[in-house]
Amino acid sequence: MENDKISLVTEDGLRVDGRKLDELRPVKIEVGVLANADGSAFIQQGKSKLLVAVYGPRELHPRHLALPDKALIRCRYHMAPFSVEERKSPAPSRREIELSKIIREALEPAILVDRFPRTSIDIFIEVLEADGGTRCAAVTAASVALAHAGIPMRDLVAACAVGKVDGKIVVDLCDAEDKYGEVDMPVAYMPNKKVVTLLQMDGILTREEFDEAFKKAISACEKIYEFQLNALKKHLSIIEEVKEEESNG
Amino acid sequence: MKGGVRLTIYVERRKIVFPGELLAEGKYASGANTYKEGDKIFSAVIGLAEIQNRVISVIAFKGYYVPKVGDIVIGVITDYSPTSWQVDINSPYTAILQVMDALPKPIDPAKEHVRKYFDIGDILLGEVIVFDKTRSPMLTTKGKGYGKLRGGHIVEISPTKVPRLIGRRGSMINMLKKELNCQIIVGQNGRIWFSAKSLEDEELFVKVIRKIDLEAPIPGLTQRVRQLIKEEKAKRRS
Repeated sequence: MENDKISLVTEDGLRVDGRKLDELRPVKIEVGVLANADGSAFIQQGKSKLLVAVYGPRELHPRHLALPDKALIRCRYHMAPFSVEERKSPAPSRREIELSKIIREALEPAILVDRFPRTSIDIFIEVLEADGGTRCAAVTAASVALAHAGIPMRDLVAACAVGKVDGKIVVDLCDAEDKYGEVDMPVAYMPNKKVVTLLQMDGILTREEFDEAFKKAISACEKIYEFQLNALKKHLSIIEEVKEEESNG
Repeated sequence: MKGGVRLTIYVERRKIVFPGELLAEGKYASGANTYKEGDKIFSAVIGLAEIQNRVISVIAFKGYYVPKVGDIVIGVITDYSPTSWQVDINSPYTAILQVMDALPKPIDPAKEHVRKYFDIGDILLGEVIVFDKTRSPMLTTKGKGYGKLRGGHIVEISPTKVPRLIGRRGSMINMLKKELNCQIIVGQNGRIWFSAKSLEDEELFVKVIRKIDLEAPIPGLTQRVRQLIKEEKAKRRS
C-alpha cells in the first residue's frame, strides 16, 4: 500500500510537523469563555480545538437517576460536523459514546462527588476541529472547566497521548501519526496525586517500549499540568492586578 | 511534640491555591474546601488559603450555595402542590415550603388554593429549618420580616462572597445602607433584595455589588467601595 511508504519520522528525528520526538504541540488554554456555563474552558493543542462547558452541581433531571450518596457525573463528548475533513453526522457515534464514558471515568476520581449527593455535574465537550489527541485535550480542558466552576476536586487531571511511530516512541500524536503510526496510547494523570486515571493502548509495544512510553507520557502530563495552572492563573489575573494597585497606592 | 510528628504549613495566608495543592501536614483540622489524606491537607478548589487556630481552609472564588439550618435565604417560587411550594434558592437543592410553615393555620386544600398565598414567580424571604443532604431543604416564612417580598429589586452574587458583602460585624452592609440610603436584605444564598429612593442609587448599588463580587478576595475592599461611592456621587453632582 502507498500509505506504508509514508515516512513519519525523518532520519534526523523530526516528525511530520517538524517536532522532535518528545515535543508537545503548542498548547493554549483559555478559562471562562462561556458566560452561561458555571465553568468553561477552551483548549487548542496543535490543530485540535475543543470547547468544554461544565454545569453544576445542579438538581438532577430526571430525578430517579440521582444517587443517594454522591453526585452523578454526566459527560458528553461530541464532534461538530465540521470538525473533520469529511462531514461527520451530528448524531452521537459509537466512538463518541465510548469517549464520553472514558472521559467521565478519567475525571471521576478527581471530583469529590460525595460532597453533594443527589445532584448532577454535566460536562459538555464540543470538538471544533479534530487533529488527533482530542480525548486527552478533552480531559485536560474539562478538568480546568471543573476547577473554574468551583467544584471541589482532589486534583486537576492532565492528559496526553504517547505512541510509536516508525519504530520510535513519540509524544502527543497528531492525526496522521495516530492513523499511520503503530501505537497510540492516551494517558490521563493527576500530577499531585501521582495517579493514572486513564490508560488506553491501541497497538503492540514490548515491555521496554511500554515503560519508556509511559515515562514520557507522565512527563508530558506534567507539562500539560503547567499549562492548566497558567491558564487558571491568567484567569485570576484581574484579582492580582487590583491587589497590586492596592499595594502601590 | 511527639517524635516524628511533623507540623508544617506549606502556604502563607491569602495565597492563591489550586485543587490538589498541599496546604499543610500534621495535626491540623481540614476546614471548608479542603480535604484530608492521612495527615496531609490539600486544597479542593481555586481560592485563598486561610489558617485559623489550626484549621486550614480555603475561601473559594466560585461556589454554590449549600443550605444550612438557620440560614436566611431569598427564594423564588417555581411550583406548587396542594399543600406545599417548591422554592428555588439558588442552590443545587430545591427547597420546599409547606403550608404549615408558611401560614398561621392550616388550609383546606379542597376549599382554598395555595396560589392565593404564594404564586409561581413570587419572591420570598425565609429561613432554612431542615436540611441534611438526604432530603430537600425545608423553609419557613413564619417570623420577623419573613414572607413575600414586594417591590424593590434582586441582584445575585456568588454565594461564597456573601460573608464579604456583610463584612466584619456587618461593617460593609451597614456602610452601604447608610451611604446609599437604601433598604437591603441579604440572603445567605447570594440573592440580595434592595430598594432605594432613586434610580441612580439603585444603579450605583448594583455597581457596588458587582465590584464586591469581583474583588471580594482582595483586602481593603470596604475602603475601595467607599471610594467608589464617593466618586460616583461627585460625578452626579457635577
